[in-house]
Amino acid sequence: MNSNLYNYILGIADNSLILGQRLGELCGHGPTLETDIAGTNISLDLFGQVRSYFQYAAKIAGDGRTEDDIAMLRKEREYKNVLLVEQPNTNFAYTIGRQFLFDAYHLSFLKELQKSADLTLSAIANKSIKEVSYHERFSSDWVKRLGDGTDESKAKMQEAINDLWMYTDELFHQTDADKVMVEESVGVDVTKLKDDYYNYVSEVLEEAGLIVPESKYFHKGGKQGIHTEHLGYLLADLQYMQRTYPNMEW
Amino acid sequence: MSSKNWPLWEIFVRSKNGLEHRHFGSLHAADAEMALENARDVYTRRNEGVSIWVVESKHITASNPENNGELFEPAQDKVYRHPTFYDVPDDVKHM
Repeated sequence: MNSNLYNYILGIADNSLILGQRLGELCGHGPTLETDIAGTNISLDLFGQVRSYFQYAAKIAGDGRTEDDIAMLRKEREYKNVLLVEQPNTNFAYTIGRQFLFDAYHLSFLKELQKSADLTLSAIANKSIKEVSYHERFSSDWVKRLGDGTDESKAKMQEAINDLWMYTDELFHQTDADKVMVEESVGVDVTKLKDDYYNYVSEVLEEAGLIVPESKYFHKGGKQGIHTEHLGYLLADLQYMQRTYPNMEW
Repeated sequence: MSSKNWPLWEIFVRSKNGLEHRHFGSLHAADAEMALENARDVYTRRNEGVSIWVVESKHITASNPENNGELFEPAQDKVYRHPTFYDVPDDVKHM
């Protein structure tokens, strides 16, 4: 097995899997019917994308595990998602802030992944990018609406951005697998996305009338499997059915 | 945040090119742009459309059901206004 490629794919897929699960938690709980459906649509888009990644990962693993085994049955430390996407749905501003800070990264990442020398990865990127363009449009619009809305919505949006800001730098950290994959023209060099990301995010925040945080302290660890306390609870929900009724199907 | 503060919008979707936009339903949104995005999520997520129109419901002038008598009943006994007295040649299809 090409373990660098395998780990690289999980690094991409886990972000979308965990964020999709977070959004899925809000199904039926959105602030309005329309935003509820929008959130679950985005969640389903992400789950659709991760299926392609996990199918590919299962093929590369070649040890009999299925896409579901890889997605659902790893232990917490084996998930490689960034800390940002596992942060809870504290309120709608946090949900939107987390989504926007991830979408802006995700979109620029997929644009580069389209050029991957690995044809499966470039095809998945190519297919996902329209969905993610919409996600980014949705979340950036909402950041502007809340930031430029009432005093209360502005304060909540600012608070969410301030709290989530410390998880953004990790998006641009390279793992060992990343470095090898970049070397082989398969992976995206995320360090090169960083400046454009912060420029763009700052532009949106300023348009929203929000203050761009200046904090230089950032959390990291997700990509190495060292997560915040929130991930364990999320995985308990995600994995409950498969753990309790192994091999169950719909 | 409560949707009761958001105005109501009527949503029209063209299901494919060449067909007219048809009324699909209504939803709440703060402005036209949000109405379009919401309509996209609520009404076209199962591949139902290629084009969306949104109109704020307050801009629609509707006939008053109380006036139905004078508006519509006079037409009920005027069958001669339907083109049903012509023989359609067999070769003409889709009539």
